[in-house]
Amino acid sequence: MSSPSPSAYDENETPKAGPKRTGEWPLFEVFIRGQHGLSHRHVGSLHAPDAAMAIKNARDVYTRRNEGVSIWVVEAEAIHASAPGDKEALYDPANDKVYRHPTFFDVPDEVGHM
Amino acid sequence: MSDALFEALLRLGDNTLVLGHRVSEWCGKAPVLEEDIALANTALDLIGQTQMWLGYAAEVEGAGRTADDLAMLRDVWDFRNILMVERPNMDFGHTMMRQFLFDAYHRAALRGLSISTDPRVAEIAAKAVKEATYHLERSAETVIALGDGTQVSHDKMQAALDLLWPYVGEMFESDAVDAQISDAGIAPDPATLRGGWDTYVQGVMAEATLSIPEDSFAHRGGRTGARHTEHLGHMLTQMQWLQRAYPDATW
Repeated sequence: MSSPSPSAYDENETPKAGPKRTGEWPLFEVFIRGQHGLSHRHVGSLHAPDAAMAIKNARDVYTRRNEGVSIWVVEAEAIHASAPGDKEALYDPANDKVYRHPTFFDVPDEVGHM
Repeated sequence: MSDALFEALLRLGDNTLVLGHRVSEWCGKAPVLEEDIALANTALDLIGQTQMWLGYAAEVEGAGRTADDLAMLRDVWDFRNILMVERPNMDFGHTMMRQFLFDAYHRAALRGLSISTDPRVAEIAAKAVKEATYHLERSAETVIALGDGTQVSHDKMQAALDLLWPYVGEMFESDAVDAQISDAGIAPDPATLRGGWDTYVQGVMAEATLSIPEDSFAHRGGRTGARHTEHLGHMLTQMQWLQRAYPDATW
């Protein structure tokens, strides 16, 4: 059997418009509560067609080894984040304000570990 | 009695073994990463249940065999799984339809088994029914999503349902072994599970916009070992290869 002969490249031919791919599922961020009493922590992300399926997928992807007692999923695009470029303005001013840390109080010994 | 119990345990363990192996064949090549992991989890659940069923079967038999011996050293005619679970995976839709039809049966059967008069059976079933409940939630949701999805996914799911329907009847078949086991209160008679299964499956299919075939013809022969499909032998050559080529190999 021989391979089919290649057709000559025609630069004037408009490329065929293939069907547009619309199949990408939205991205969800996954938060898991490890134990009762702890807060939910971000553990990663995954794709799913909807929120209900995202929870199921999160159960399979992130709680296989008994990691959690509760799952939250949030569509990634619903999360608003600070801009990395604003880092200096946002965080640097706090650097030299040590008085904001509650380290200037003498804690009586009887209080023990706080 | 112990002969019937051994037979009944093989039927339980071989269903989960063969389906577990089939589902594991998707590992690394499912349509999306999340489904890949979910399918692998399902396969592992089923193999875990197999270890318990076949482990107990080996004890009941009392011939010095282990669960591993039963899984890896029997040939086709000694397997007691229903024909549906040995069918090849084909496409993802077919795999999920098969999973759904089985899960719906499996959950009902395990619920009955969890109140078994045999404490070992009840214990294994109580653990397995939680897994089966999750499998069913997942497969039902997928069947609905794909059935009531695009024209292409709908057609594929309808084709899968049409193809698998003749394999449904065998799940609810009863014979002398079932009669003996259900009389002793060890397991529900499969025939009694059909009504609830039908109602549940009809509900899901309606939501999935799929039509259930009217023909009630049923292939049989798997759970009695009388006649397996040609697919099981091919599957065993893969599944048992290592043990057959390197008997008692360890790592």
